[in-house]
Amino acid sequence: MTQLPSTEFHPRWYREPVSTYWWIGSWRYSLFILRELTSVAVAWTVVMLLFLLRALLSGPDAYTRWLHRMQSPVLIVLNAIVMCFLLLHTITWFNLAPRAMPVRVNGKRVPEVLVAAPNYGLWVVASVVIAWFVLRTS
Amino acid sequence: MADKIVLEIARYAPEKDEKPSFQSFEVPFRKEWVVLDALNHIKDKMDGSLTYRWSCRMGVCGSCGMMVNGEPKLTCATFLSSYGNGAKVRVEPLRYFPVIRDLVTALSDFLVKLQSVKPWLIRHDDVPLSAGEYLQTPEQLDLYKQFSMCINCTLCYAACPVVGLEPTFVGPAALALAQRYNMDNRDQGAEERLGLLAHPEGIWGCTFVGECTRVCPKHVDPAGAIQQYKLKAALEWVKGFILPRGHEDAGKEVRP
Repeated sequence: MTQLPSTEFHPRWYREPVSTYWWIGSWRYSLFILRELTSVAVAWTVVMLLFLLRALLSGPDAYTRWLHRMQSPVLIVLNAIVMCFLLLHTITWFNLAPRAMPVRVNGKRVPEVLVAAPNYGLWVVASVVIAWFVLRTS
Repeated sequence: MADKIVLEIARYAPEKDEKPSFQSFEVPFRKEWVVLDALNHIKDKMDGSLTYRWSCRMGVCGSCGMMVNGEPKLTCATFLSSYGNGAKVRVEPLRYFPVIRDLVTALSDFLVKLQSVKPWLIRHDDVPLSAGEYLQTPEQLDLYKQFSMCINCTLCYAACPVVGLEPTFVGPAALALAQRYNMDNRDQGAEERLGLLAHPEGIWGCTFVGECTRVCPKHVDPAGAIQQYKLKAALEWVKGFILPRGHEDAGKEVRP
């Protein structure tokens, strides 16, 4: 038996190293990493909006050029993926709301669904208003 | 194979092993047996050197937490029948903790973290004992009761990747316990604890993976507690930013 460093009261402890790929084995951890990556999609969308704003302010020609550029298949595919990430971001954010803000009425905690529901409601209303505005002008 | 189940158990003897290895034991498959019963069967009948912690056998003491098929579980509440007759079940010590022997983990680090959040009633006034007890209504109790149900089984630490990646992170159970005292109307130490915990190794270390809440056998919801704590910390920061300085002295008696 080889003598390994240990003392009577401080035995040698084994520490399992954490793999860089710890998040791959379980879908829950993978989903968490995907959720964290949604921040990149949010940043991308903000930059795209800024470019849209610049094109709008530069006049009709610049705006048409921007629209044309956005029609490239690469950007359409990329933006479709970004859209999926944004949806994941929004849903996970709304589901967080009732956890971070426990609402109490008459001393009783309101069910989590009821706290999350107004968020989803406002999301739908905002989407409908924007859709109506966009479709009306085109 | 009739009415048998195989337990693959992580074995580690610090005096001779470099790292843990697995040893298989075939045990009877009985529908009323939990994983802990199977471990006791092995220790009694097959290998007395198998080392693990357990005490109450009824989900209260929090001693028998282990990884069962990669999931943090109280082995006294995990039935063999949920894995099926003839199945292979892997039993390992709780993840991210240093292993002392076989399935026993070192808790000293956790205990230091637990104490660091000052989990006791902090009072600034010195009320004499003769003044009687602090009264609390059922509604006031209800505000923190959920967070007080923790049994320190440390399953939440084994479920939290931040604990594994950042060993200095205070962790789910300790932060939930801090929130338990913050929300107790008898306590006056919320500000003191906020100073200790509103830093990257405290509440801001949590990335809300949410697994701590899912594995908690007592439905404490540490993830919820930490998010509520974050919200409070953020509001306090905004308040400190907006409100004029000197408000600490407001209401204090001024003597000439």
